[in-house]
Amino acid sequence: MLEHWVVLVVSFSYLGLLFAIAYYGDKRADLGRSIISNPYIYTLSIAVYCTAWTFYGSVGRASTGGAGFLPIYLGPTLMASLWWLVLRKIIRIAKAHRLTSIADFIASRYGKDPLVAGIVTIIALIGILPYISLQLKAVSTSFNVLHTFYFPEPHHAVSLWNDTAFYVALLMVVFSLLFGTRHIDASERHEGMVAAIAFESVVKLVAFLVAGIYVCFFIFSGPTELTGEAFSSPELVKLMDLESLSGGYANWFTLIFLAMMAIMFLPRQFHILVVENVNEEHVRKASWLFPLYLLTINIFVLPIALAGSLLFTKGSVDPDTFMLAVPLFARQELVALFVFLGGLSAATGMSIVATIALSTMICNDLVMPVLLRMRAFQQRNLGSVLLAIRRMSILVVVLLGYGYFRLIGESYALVSIGLVSFAAAAQFAPAILIGIYWHRASRRGAIAGLLGGFGIWAYTLLIPSFAISGWIPRTILDHGPWGIELLRPYHLLGLEMYDPLTHSVFWSMLVNVGLLVGVSLFDRQTIMERLQATLFVDVFRHGDTGTMLWSGTATVAELQGLVARFMGTRHAEKAFAQFAAEHDFDHKTKVQADAKLVGFAERELAGAIGASSARVMIASVVKGEEISLEEIMKIIDETSQVIEYSHRLEEKSRELEETTAELRAANRRLKELDRLKDEFVSTITHELRTPLTSIRSFTEILRDNPALSTEERQKFLEITVKESERLTRLINQVLDLAKIESDSMKWAEEQVELQEVISEALSSMGQIARERGIELERSEPLAPILVTADRDRLIQVVINLLSNAVKFCEPGTGRIVIRLKTMTGRARVEVVDNGPGIDPDEQQRIFEKFHQLKGVHAEKPRGSGLGLTICHRIVTRYGGRIWVESSLGAGANFIFELPLAGKKS
Amino acid sequence: MPEAKRQNERLIILPIVGFLVLNYPLLSIWNRTQLFFGVPVLYLYLFVVWFTYIVCVARLLEKTSPPPSSPEPPPPGEKG
Repeated sequence: MLEHWVVLVVSFSYLGLLFAIAYYGDKRADLGRSIISNPYIYTLSIAVYCTAWTFYGSVGRASTGGAGFLPIYLGPTLMASLWWLVLRKIIRIAKAHRLTSIADFIASRYGKDPLVAGIVTIIALIGILPYISLQLKAVSTSFNVLHTFYFPEPHHAVSLWNDTAFYVALLMVVFSLLFGTRHIDASERHEGMVAAIAFESVVKLVAFLVAGIYVCFFIFSGPTELTGEAFSSPELVKLMDLESLSGGYANWFTLIFLAMMAIMFLPRQFHILVVENVNEEHVRKASWLFPLYLLTINIFVLPIALAGSLLFTKGSVDPDTFMLAVPLFARQELVALFVFLGGLSAATGMSIVATIALSTMICNDLVMPVLLRMRAFQQRNLGSVLLAIRRMSILVVVLLGYGYFRLIGESYALVSIGLVSFAAAAQFAPAILIGIYWHRASRRGAIAGLLGGFGIWAYTLLIPSFAISGWIPRTILDHGPWGIELLRPYHLLGLEMYDPLTHSVFWSMLVNVGLLVGVSLFDRQTIMERLQATLFVDVFRHGDTGTMLWSGTATVAELQGLVARFMGTRHAEKAFAQFAAEHDFDHKTKVQADAKLVGFAERELAGAIGASSARVMIASVVKGEEISLEEIMKIIDETSQVIEYSHRLEEKSRELEETTAELRAANRRLKELDRLKDEFVSTITHELRTPLTSIRSFTEILRDNPALSTEERQKFLEITVKESERLTRLINQVLDLAKIESDSMKWAEEQVELQEVISEALSSMGQIARERGIELERSEPLAPILVTADRDRLIQVVINLLSNAVKFCEPGTGRIVIRLKTMTGRARVEVVDNGPGIDPDEQQRIFEKFHQLKGVHAEKPRGSGLGLTICHRIVTRYGGRIWVESSLGAGANFIFELPLAGKKS
Repeated sequence: MPEAKRQNERLIILPIVGFLVLNYPLLSIWNRTQLFFGVPVLYLYLFVVWFTYIVCVARLLEKTSPPPSSPEPPPPGEKG
């Protein structure tokens, strides 16, 4: 049995550990050796998405709605794959403008308007505050389950001083104060806090997996046994498909959509994803690692839900507490305690980040604009005031959250707040997503969209939840306010077909996007808005150009004084010195500040007090007029033209490089051809010389020796004739090849019957073969085989192949087979001999010019070395191919194939 | 540059495909009360699609990762 104090000691030592981690993280950051600057910590910190609502609520949802818990995690998976495009852009913008919250971001996009910032802050507060209550409630409930599971006590209200949630809340305040507002910093990043959050993400994941494995494999003998058992229960079998999902596919769709928006635009997610991001490059890994985290933490949800439903009779145990109740039931208190820590991690992690994000927004976007307008604060040193406001807002946020929980405790309004919060966060999506891609989205459009969407959200989700909880009469749900049926919050304008959530999301998104786009289309943007719009939409093109916003007569000392008022003298001194060093001037002697320095000061301030307030403050210091915004727009246009121009130049130079490479290749090819030509000429002259020499020497013998016998004379004359024939043949072939290569050969395209071609070739080669005692054989199908080619050329090919075969066969025993057949779509001619065969090494090269077989017959080469080259050219010309199959001593098989002619004959 | 553009196109198409696969009507094909090796068909489908999707994103994004940071292999035992 878990003693009360054991649980307390464990939980508070765990929270103590968090403090230690955060402290260590901050310390490392101060030393400049960040522990959070890697994609894995970034991913883990994003997992602050998984709150206690995930940790306990998923199982609860699964045991009543089946797969209905999954869209909450599938949506972020889909969205995460867009991060590389969308989130990276948002981060780039936020870094360039030192934006530190979602309110700041939206306000800055729409002309740095404090009104927009205020509206966003209020929406976030109303939407998210109850969500923090939900976390505290989860802590309180889980604690109660741990120590009343075995001895159920009658339900009674826990007094404030006995409520663990209260102390946890207080500790969270302390944590947020220590690590969320340690100093006023221009980047508003909290490394220690992020380190602690990442650690909590590990704890909750491991706790969930431990619980899952324990339930699946120790209480039951495996997940399949669980599903099998559940399958036989009529109650649980409903969870296996989508029948138990109220709202059906429409609800499913809505949940995916909402989760997609929530993962980016819940203020805490925005804070972690954008403000705490150290390096854009980390987004790449997070885009798939974070979904993997979600998948892992969800694997055991269904098994635990089924186990709980099987073990406990319906209604005896709240499904939301199955995570704890199942291990407790099996008397595994350690597992239960670990699960409790997991839940505690989830709850505290979410609350801390949400609190810090909200308090920044309250401070910068609600309180500061008001304070700065008060005369009393205008000249004071505001650094400490700023910190005090931050701290107060943290305290207020957490205590409000706790108060809300104490106030409405078990009511419906709290339980359903998870999705209701998602729907509130989704209202920010149009203003941001449309704002960063569409120049013309205007300030008035954004305000109209935000207010409209928020209004519909409040009317269709928030008010009904109050009605269900009984704070306002229920009749408003059934009959509408003042009995106007068309205004029923769940069925606006009589739209009956959707569940309340889908209904609300549909209407609020319709109104939000509709107003944003509609108003923008008819609106005229101020120049400030246009400037900000350009800087946001084209952030990847502009970089830093938007900083030259001011001219006029500010002095360096004044500016530095202003920054010091908010961020402390030391910080201001340091920042200015650094900027001076980077831009090569001495900030102590320089009097007049230039536009760059003013822009720098404004951004420094924006980090601390928000973009809108920073603008007001700078305006109070810079005397004289602002540089006219038209001029700035012009500058920006010019810069972007220059950038455009340089892009084009780059393109040109790339093209130039490509062309050069091509030219170089062509040149190489030409040189190669030149070399080949030389080679050809030298080989051909060599080839011509051999027969010429012999003709010359024999005729010389005949001339010089008139006394030769008739027989000898006859013999020499015959040699002369043969050699001149060889010479003629060689010259003919050279001419042929030259024609082929110079493309001046006339190629006929006619239907040729291959049988005929072979007959023709055989008739001219038959005599020679017979003379040498070589047997000729032919085999072919009866049906005529037609190809499209030049008849004479084909005959030339076959004759060439045959004469080659005849040349290489042993006289007397030689045997040549010429075979004709059809393959699919091709005709194939094979000339097989039983000669010496061809070395595999040579088989490729014999089709090259002047390649003559050597080695086997060491005597003089027997061919011109051009025959096969000509065959190759002819066959390829008609779309076929030619090759040889052979091995030494086993004869050779010359094959060529040609595509069959279309059936036109 | 064209490589990055191709990657962007793929990155936009991927969620669209995911959204289609995870919604009505394709989802309804798997919406049946049936066990496949002891796992409800619907859940099996969702988790397989989910995992495949993650692998696709990982391969798409890590493939073109710039040299300075050593590219991490996608989670073990997967195929696109």
